Amino acid sequence: MAKKKTADTQVAIVGAGIAGLEAARQLVRLGYDPVILEKSDRIGGHVADWHCLFPDMTPASRLLDDLTDATHDLRVICRANIVSAGRLGDGYNLLLQDGTSIHVRAILVATGFSLFEAEKKEEYGYGVYDKVMTNADLEHWFNTGIDARITGQDVRRIGFVHCVGSRDVKAGNAQCSKVCCITAIKQAIEMKEKFPEAEIWCFYMDLRLFGKKYEDFYIGAQRDYGIHFIRGRVSEVSENIDGKVIVKAEDTLCGKPVKVTLDLLVLMAGMVCNRDNHPLAQALGLGIDEDGYFRSKDNIASITASDRKGIFYAGAATGPKTVPETLAEARSAALDIHAYLSAQ
Amino acid sequence: MIYQGKQKIWSDYQKEIPSDHWFYVRSCIRQSFFPGSEKWFLGICRDMLGHDIHETEHHTTCGGIAYHCDVIPQETAMTIVARQFSLMTEAGYKNLVASCITSFGNYIETLETWREFPELEAKVRENLWKACKREFERPEYVAHASDLIYKYRGEIAERAKYRLVNHETGEPLRVVEHIGCHYSKMFPHKGVGGAEYPCVLSGMAEAWGGQIIDYPERRHCCGFGFRQYLVKANRGYSMSNTHKKFESMEPYHPDVIITNCPGCPYFLDRWQYVISEQTGKTYGQNGFGIPVLTYEELAGLVLGIDPWDLGLQIHQVAVEPLLDKMGIEYDPKAKYLGLNEKDIMKPGLPTVLRCC
Amino acid sequence: MMDFGFSLAPSSAINLDTVDLSRYRKLLELEPDARICMGCGSCSATCTAAPFSGMSVRKVILGLQRGQDREVDRMLSACMLCGKCTMVCPRGINTRHLILSLCRICADGTHKEREDGR
Repeated sequence: MAKKKTADTQVAIVGAGIAGLEAARQLVRLGYDPVILEKSDRIGGHVADWHCLFPDMTPASRLLDDLTDATHDLRVICRANIVSAGRLGDGYNLLLQDGTSIHVRAILVATGFSLFEAEKKEEYGYGVYDKVMTNADLEHWFNTGIDARITGQDVRRIGFVHCVGSRDVKAGNAQCSKVCCITAIKQAIEMKEKFPEAEIWCFYMDLRLFGKKYEDFYIGAQRDYGIHFIRGRVSEVSENIDGKVIVKAEDTLCGKPVKVTLDLLVLMAGMVCNRDNHPLAQALGLGIDEDGYFRSKDNIASITASDRKGIFYAGAATGPKTVPETLAEARSAALDIHAYLSAQ
Repeated sequence: MIYQGKQKIWSDYQKEIPSDHWFYVRSCIRQSFFPGSEKWFLGICRDMLGHDIHETEHHTTCGGIAYHCDVIPQETAMTIVARQFSLMTEAGYKNLVASCITSFGNYIETLETWREFPELEAKVRENLWKACKREFERPEYVAHASDLIYKYRGEIAERAKYRLVNHETGEPLRVVEHIGCHYSKMFPHKGVGGAEYPCVLSGMAEAWGGQIIDYPERRHCCGFGFRQYLVKANRGYSMSNTHKKFESMEPYHPDVIITNCPGCPYFLDRWQYVISEQTGKTYGQNGFGIPVLTYEELAGLVLGIDPWDLGLQIHQVAVEPLLDKMGIEYDPKAKYLGLNEKDIMKPGLPTVLRCC
Repeated sequence: MMDFGFSLAPSSAINLDTVDLSRYRKLLELEPDARICMGCGSCSATCTAAPFSGMSVRKVILGLQRGQDREVDRMLSACMLCGKCTMVCPRGINTRHLILSLCRICADGTHKEREDGR
């Protein structure tokens, strides 16, 4: 029942992260020839920077390779910036910054999220103290082995701070980022495997381990890796004379302030709304929620639908999502687009 | 420590400080704690650098101490603040500079409260009119006196007679800066450099040749806390906070501590004596303490003002080791001679802390 | 020492750099499951001794990791070994067995202290 590829059944996918690529793969299967518009100069989004994915420690590159293999015949426009989008017939005319004009009948917004800028939590000293890094920096180190903050085998004491820029009204993001608890546990285990002698502490407010195998991960981290979990938000980080990091928090389960000196501190920078959401929402005439993410038509039944005809969402454009959730939503959005175009 | 990281944060917290035409309001306690500081603030800014800074004898306490001790309600404190504003308005000034950190915090807190709740400002205007038939304009700029010295730090460096450098070794002196809590912790954007890494004092010290020490308990409160110190039974807890700071800065061997608050230098100075009597421990070199200076005193030394004219003999911790390092000439015999060479008497010596 | 009428106050902060974990490590050898406590408090909620003595298996396990040995000893002495905590533990920790092991470790420590004349 695949439709014949025609120019006027084209779909534009905004964002070449895993949501956009997976939706593209599904649309190709359904007989469409979507065009992908990507603002950066490469595809893969945040996942391209990740090393392994929980819960099965799947290499992120394997997922991306599958997605790029399935979509490599498609037209991908990198460094694309949509300046305006006007209604044209029963579709939209997208105008890019270089004057390119693309006529499409449906648009999929798969613009994902931005990583919280950890330096905004000034008290944690990211960019100020030598041994403070983010979850993204650590994944980069897993991938490349290059980071001045991790040198030799002298990493004996490591801390992970959950909820950096998440559930933090003052940091401008009241929402939970959903994936940081499990990411911290995943990274803590990976670090323990690399530095078996290391003591590792995770500082958390709540552990939100909702997904398949997440709780197993948590129990494994405690039982098999001896990772310590301290319920309390880190209030302040400083540096001692040896360049080590001193972390202060309250152990809320024993009601006492705790202090620990560490060789490395990893900040779990959360997902925040994509910084470019506003201009895009303006160009496409879409609504933005209070949290800065795109507003779905309905948060239960039609999360992939927007208020505008022919414009759909997939993935973290509408809120923090895990990889499997994003992929499932991308497939769902592809079907919605197919239904929409078939009905016209 | 990544210095550029701090510079990035500082660039987010730049505060506009007009260089001239300020109405100066003094502190209640600094004139007895550090009698030379306010005199030399005016001496440096007005007489040496030629800026227009005006003060009036009609100025009173800002009410900050009473407010922070829970003795008066905020409305009363705001009405006292409104009266200071009326003195400023009457004198034809629009910029207010406060000597005291808590006053500064109090002025900022009052203005921010009025911005959020204009009806409170209306109420305070009514109170002020009923109480003393006065009216006021809100100040256009509010600065702490250390903001001004920070602003003039380059001018002071140009005229410097001494630098924060060990004159024998040529090494920069190691400077601990301690910022009063009410400077920017309540309103980070009102302080130069923000609240986590303020640069108001570090900027001065660096401009004058010193090297700033960033030690783990740098952000910790000195422990003064108003009520906490004023009730004798609570003083142990107040002192414990200062002790925590000394223990934390000790490995860096600081040559001097500079502060911009009335309470902090007092306690950082005096507690060194009490701690030494109770624990036998001193934190400076050769049994001395670490000299604690106000930013005006430090600016004064850099500009070559006589240490005894700056009132440094009033400090508990002997400042002579610092003077010697900087190569400052001073007359030890003149230390306890007051105005017109009047003998102001030598204090008794502590049993542990070495003094001159 | 001069009496000022006040003195340095002891700090209640726990320094994880210096905390003595020897008892906790001994416990882990005998009871590796102590690691998987997630602090839910089921044990304390159901504990026969808790309302009258402050006993809490959760706090015992945590206290050992925070150097609160005296508190731990006090709590242990209140345990009635009824085993209700074992029935409710969602992680399946044999808490009753854990307490017995810990009592043995503590008793060894006390004997050693006596032998050392401490």
